[in-house]
Formats: sequence, structure tokens, C-alpha cells
Amino acid sequence: MTPLQGCLLLSALLFSIGLAGALTRRNAVLVLIGIELMLNAANLNFIAFWRYGPHPEALTGVLFAVFSIAVAAAEAAVGLALILAAYRHFRTNNLDRMNHLKG
Amino acid sequence: MTATFLILAALTVAGTAAAMGLRNAVHCVLALTVGFAGVAGIYLYLGAQFVGFTQIMVYVGAVAILAVFAIMMTHHPGLAEQPFSRYAVWGIVIAAAVFLTLARAISLAPAPSVLATSAPAAVPSATVQQIGDALMHRYVLPLEIIGLLLTAALIGAVIIAMDPKDSPQEEIE
Repeated sequence: MTPLQGCLLLSALLFSIGLAGALTRRNAVLVLIGIELMLNAANLNFIAFWRYGPHPEALTGVLFAVFSIAVAAAEAAVGLALILAAYRHFRTNNLDRMNHLKG
Repeated sequence: MTATFLILAALTVAGTAAAMGLRNAVHCVLALTVGFAGVAGIYLYLGAQFVGFTQIMVYVGAVAILAVFAIMMTHHPGLAEQPFSRYAVWGIVIAAAVFLTLARAISLAPAPSVLATSAPAAVPSATVQQIGDALMHRYVLPLEIIGLLLTAALIGAVIIAMDPKDSPQEEIE
């Protein structure tokens, strides 16, 4: 197995763990964290392809990963604010109980 | 595939799996910091120092703290609820199917000749100076847009999380 395949396999495992968490947890914060893990898996792929790719001096993978981390941070802030707003309305952060759209 | 990579990968997988599998939500976030630190270690191992330290500052530092705050602000001490959904088995089956598909594709894919032949033996250099140079010249427009996006997200998060009942206008009235 080449080092690139090792990195890609780790990234696939990280993505699957995040997907399992996002699909199975009831706590809204932990579902958001599962989505963050899937974003991390994508970043790991960017860095792996940059490291083992043909033109590492172009720095494309590193810069894409940096921008992706910035977008993920913005997403986490807005997502947690939405969870707080939903908690104030439903008085729970259990996703199985947030089962209607009307206020 | 060195021992360093295997140890970091095991740390990452153990931390993230515990973060998604433990019952107590605060324990989950603590395990998550271990997983994020493992990912940062893999970035450092791959030679991307700047991304590794950004990962530590943003994820281990900021996102984990935000998640702990959100969990503690939405915590019901009296309610001991089942932490997993009723359909948790199906979620795990779907995630396992996704992983098996990806792993099969990765292990069966022929190594592209361009990657196999010209893969650098030495770690490619990505110093902070080179990254700053690229950000100030070639990637200056994305940098400005990301600044605008972060400002909008900051203001939007504050407005969404603000309680309409104790907004400042009503206190003045």
C-alpha cells in the first residue's frame, strides 16, 4: 500500500465515523460535530494529494485546506447559534423531538 | 506507511470514534479534541506545518470550546435520555457501506503514473512565507471573500443566537 492510499483510507474512515455520528446521534451539537469530522476528512485529502501529488510547489492543496478550515469555522459558529435558537424554541436539543416546522 | 503515521492514525480514529460513540455529550467533546489533535499531527507529519497549527488553533482551540459551551447551555440535568436515535442501526449500516465502497475504490485504483513516478521523496516545503506570498498575490481575492464571509457569519451568529425577549430595545422601554 502506498502512503497516499494510507492517507486516503484514513480519510475515508474519518468520513464514515462522522457520517455514522451525524446519522445516529440525537444531540444536535453532536450531529454538527459529525459534520465537522466529515469536513476534516476532506481537508486531509487535500493535504495528502498536495504532499504526494506532482506539483507540491504550487501550494494549491495547502491553500485550499486553509480556506476550507475558515469556512468550516464560520459554519460551526452559525450552526451552534442555530442550535441555541432552536433550543430556546423547543426547550430541548433532542432532534427526535424537533418534529414540526411551525412555531 | 511508517510507525509515526500508524500511531497518529490510531489516535485519530480512536478519538473520533469515542467522540461519536460515548453516551455523555461532554465526554464526547473531550474525546473529539484528541481526534482533532491527531488530525493536526497527521498534517505535521505530511509536512503542512501551517495547516497543522491552524487546525490546532481553530478546531482544538475554538470549535471544541464552542461545542462544550453549546452542550452546557442546552443541557437537561433531570432528563436521562437515550443518546442514540431509534434508527441508529441503519445509520451505522449506511456509514459502513460508505466506508467499504470508498476503501474498495481506493485499494483497487491503479496508482497514476504521474503520482507513482514523480512523488517527492523529501517533504515539499511550504513555509509560512511562501503561503503568505501566495495569499497576498495569487489568492488575494479569495482571501478578501473569506474575510467578508467570516464577518457576515460573526454578525449572523450573534443575531441568530440573541434572545428576542431580552433585546436592548425592550429594556429601554
